[in-house]
Amino acid sequence: MTTAPTQELLKERLAPAASEVSTAHGVLVIALPAASLLEVVQKLRTEFLFDLFLDVTAVDWLGQTPRFEVVHHFYSTHHHLRVRLKTRVTEQDPTVDSLVSLYGSARFMERECHDMYGIAFRGNPDLRPILLYEGFEGHPLRKDYPKEREQPLVPYRK
Amino acid sequence: MPSPTIPIRPATARTQAFEYLTTKKDELVGWARKFSLFPYPFVTACCAMEFMAVSSSPYDTDRFGAALPRFSPRQADLLMVVGTVTHKQAPVLLKVYEQMCEPKWVMAFGVCATSGGFYQNYATVLGIDKIIPVDVYIPGCPPRPEMVIDGIMQLQDKIARSRHPILTRDF
Repeated sequence: MTTAPTQELLKERLAPAASEVSTAHGVLVIALPAASLLEVVQKLRTEFLFDLFLDVTAVDWLGQTPRFEVVHHFYSTHHHLRVRLKTRVTEQDPTVDSLVSLYGSARFMERECHDMYGIAFRGNPDLRPILLYEGFEGHPLRKDYPKEREQPLVPYRK
Repeated sequence: MPSPTIPIRPATARTQAFEYLTTKKDELVGWARKFSLFPYPFVTACCAMEFMAVSSSPYDTDRFGAALPRFSPRQADLLMVVGTVTHKQAPVLLKVYEQMCEPKWVMAFGVCATSGGFYQNYATVLGIDKIIPVDVYIPGCPPRPEMVIDGIMQLQDKIARSRHPILTRDF
């Protein structure tokens, strides 16, 4: 068995690709540019045995540029460590690389994130709606989606 | 107001049996129908837990003839919509309602089915009466079993009081 990587080791090894490294509630948080996302995740997966892809979601910082922050969470069942990756993308081009080549579970999670925030995942072959339905306009968890806007599939009774 | 009953001539010493009874057709049919409510549970959310409590033996909805759920809408009289209905689910609810044979009644079980409850967002239908007609509303999050039983009894009163055309539109 390889020696267990500590947060310090991870910090040291991943720092070159990252723009900011910190710790929050015992979780290593790495902010990084969208271009180096796939490379860092590849390293996490193969080198540090982060075998569990927990979630991908996004944060809509309405009014800031770049507007969106895509957040990935990983867990290593070998070393019991957690890592959070944060990637900022712009409103005009909300695109990050898909992780389907590394984690099969990314297919569904990226579909949900695409539903709710309109983040495009380059390389995911199937970004059809998963929680929403065909024909739904807009992305409901974006801050500028009107709270009371409904898109009924069945015409309302008079 | 006393609910309508069927006057039955009691047996006399001469006949020792019922010879005939007089009633109105609507009262007779309504009396029969109100005690044979076969519910179809359209259960979508946490109100299901309370629906299970109502269905259990301590509350004994068989007293009202409404205990045996039919899991085919074609065999059901009472559509119980138990829980939140989303826009994605609305076509399914409408199809289930349309598959039910006349006569049919609808119960909105819980505050989400009644009005959307605390939801007002992109996903939730604000009350199933936007899609299908509703006969009895039971608010509560979730409603107590006593409230559900009260709702069933109110629905029975409504059935007993309404017209029941059986042969033609007028009779």
